Amino acid sequence: MVTLQHYLILSAALFALGVIGVMVRRNLIVVLMSLELMLGGVNLTFVAFSRYLGSIEGQIFVLFVMVVAAAEVAVGLAITVALFREKGTINVNDVNLMKW
Amino acid sequence: MIDLVWLIPALPLIGFVVNGLLTRRLPEQVIGWIGSAAVGAAFVLAVLIFVDLIGMDPGSRSHETIVYTWMISGDFKVPIGFLVDPLSMIMLLVVTGVGFIIHVYSIGYMHGEVGFRRYFAYLNLFVFNMLILVSANNFLLMFVGWEGVGLCSYLLIGYYYEKKSASDAGKKAFVVNRVGDFGFLVGIFLIFVTFGTLDFSAVLGAAEAKLAYGGLLATLITLLLFVGAAGKSAQIPLYTWLPDAMEGPTPVSALIHAATMVTAGVYMVARCSVLYSLAPMSMTVVAITGGATAFFAATIGMTQFDIKRVLAYSTISQLGYMFMACGVGAFASGIFHLMTHAFFKALLFMAAGSVMHAMSGELDMRKMGGLKKKLPYTHLTYIFGTLAIAGIFPFAGFFSKDEILFYSMERHPGFWIIGAVAALMTSFYMFRSVYMTFYGTSRVEEEAAHHLHESPPIMTVPLMILAGLSLVGGLVGIPMIHGWHVFGDFLAPAFAPAKAVMEAAAGHHGSGHHNVTLELVLMGVSLAIAVVGLLVARWMYVKDPSVPGRVVNRFSGLHSLVYNKYWIDELYDVVFVNSIVRFSRFLWKSFDELVVDGAVNGSAWLVRTWATGLRWIQTGLVKDYALSILMGVLAVIGYLVLR
Repeated sequence: MVTLQHYLILSAALFALGVIGVMVRRNLIVVLMSLELMLGGVNLTFVAFSRYLGSIEGQIFVLFVMVVAAAEVAVGLAITVALFREKGTINVNDVNLMKW
Repeated sequence: MIDLVWLIPALPLIGFVVNGLLTRRLPEQVIGWIGSAAVGAAFVLAVLIFVDLIGMDPGSRSHETIVYTWMISGDFKVPIGFLVDPLSMIMLLVVTGVGFIIHVYSIGYMHGEVGFRRYFAYLNLFVFNMLILVSANNFLLMFVGWEGVGLCSYLLIGYYYEKKSASDAGKKAFVVNRVGDFGFLVGIFLIFVTFGTLDFSAVLGAAEAKLAYGGLLATLITLLLFVGAAGKSAQIPLYTWLPDAMEGPTPVSALIHAATMVTAGVYMVARCSVLYSLAPMSMTVVAITGGATAFFAATIGMTQFDIKRVLAYSTISQLGYMFMACGVGAFASGIFHLMTHAFFKALLFMAAGSVMHAMSGELDMRKMGGLKKKLPYTHLTYIFGTLAIAGIFPFAGFFSKDEILFYSMERHPGFWIIGAVAALMTSFYMFRSVYMTFYGTSRVEEEAAHHLHESPPIMTVPLMILAGLSLVGGLVGIPMIHGWHVFGDFLAPAFAPAKAVMEAAAGHHGSGHHNVTLELVLMGVSLAIAVVGLLVARWMYVKDPSVPGRVVNRFSGLHSLVYNKYWIDELYDVVFVNSIVRFSRFLWKSFDELVVDGAVNGSAWLVRTWATGLRWIQTGLVKDYALSILMGVLAVIGYLVLR
């Protein structure tokens, strides 16, 4: 039997993996992908609860999240391109002009 | 009109504000005349109030005008109030009148000076404070004016502030004054504790009731007040600031250190005459101090070569006469001499300024000589001033000084002797200055001789006005002929309570007839003394110029002592000044630098150390910031979940 807990654990795992990816990975594009992974996990949580509680509101919220994710990716990739033009690298560890 | 008395100090105050804040780009003439007009208008108002006053019945010539209640604290009430009575009226007229003349003279004298506007602003501020001092109706307001004139004296002595000797002199004047002010303040505290109020009318009215004749309280109060007077009026031992004060511009010396500020002490003693009459021991102290100062300063004046120093010591000496008069009970005579002294001393200083002006700033009389031809008006007016101070009939000084000597003789012949010898020395050193400056062969240096010229009318006209006053100013106090001593009769109500106390103590009433023969004899002697002084000076400085050199050689030890002012400044340095300077230095190094600076610098050091430690967090890497956001979120959620 696939219960609510299964879905929640899966989405928690997805979210955690996404967080670790954002923290640890050096390639900016991979960081953005990890960010998407986090959003995916959250979406799954919303849908699971929507099914469990019988309310459609969860799924409507997922639509909103998807819109935001799309816009965010667009901006993120634009930043990546600009960064590459300036520094010739997309290694996040090299972007440290704000260091004291 | 008499209720407008508050306007008299207000006008110079307005002059100070206008000149101090507004007139920066205006020409010298405008600035100078604004300052002079302020004082001139105050003088006109004073005259109008004087007319009002004499229109009143002689027995009730005392009017108080309260303008504002300054402070109320329980039973302690201090108003801003002004007292118009014969004594304050005389002072108001003298201060505004002589002040106006000196302001006009300054327009010419200070021409071309960089700080012209600052000078006139400070001068107006000084007149404001002096007028507050003389017209106040309570001790505290008088003390405000007292401190204010001390401040202005400091500002004006140190006018040429870039010159170290001038700024040092300003500091010295202020600090020595402060010593006296301490005594004055403690005296005021005692008065408040005894009387519960500081108003003149209340205190002086209740004096006989509250203070036992010759008692400790009366003596203590009056002695403390006299300490203040000694500081302000340069008596022994607090006189050392006045000769140094000659660093200021000459009109400042004329106004502050001759005619007005230094007379504040005499005014204060005269105002408290009834208190002094109740303390005969204090009166004796005052008289002895005054006499000793008169004698002592005159001896120093005889040896000095700087013309302004001679006049400075002369001022100290004449102030001694005024205090001696008050000390022997002749308060009106002291005030009479105050007035005549204001005329001739201001004249002498301003004429000396005129000489300096002609000599391109030279002060040393050894470099002068034979200036009579080139400076006719200056010469003539200086002679008038000298005749007045020496006490030659009918000039003003004759009447006032002679009166003091007469009353001194009545009190005790010893006082007369001191006064007479000092008068002899006064006549000598004044005529010495005349002969060294204006007569004889010219010792003027080449450089200066080219610029020798008489001063412009804006300077000589004030001199002539004061010369006229020095001539006729004494005629308001002609003694012996009944009804001709207008001055004394006018002031009588102000000193009546004191007179009553003194006569009650002496055990006889109203013996108004003093010994006429004695007075005539003493007058003759005074005149003879003055003439002898003149003749000796003429012999030593015109007839036989080798005499001074020979005298100095004969008495070289004594001369050295007197010429170096009895080494009193050096003595004070060793006894008082050095230890205080050392202590101040110690406080500076140990407290100011270690504790205060340590606290301020230390808190800055603390902040910097923290910052140095904490800035490692700012790595500039986004992932670290993301990490910190994550940590924060975990903390909040953890708290909410575990609650």
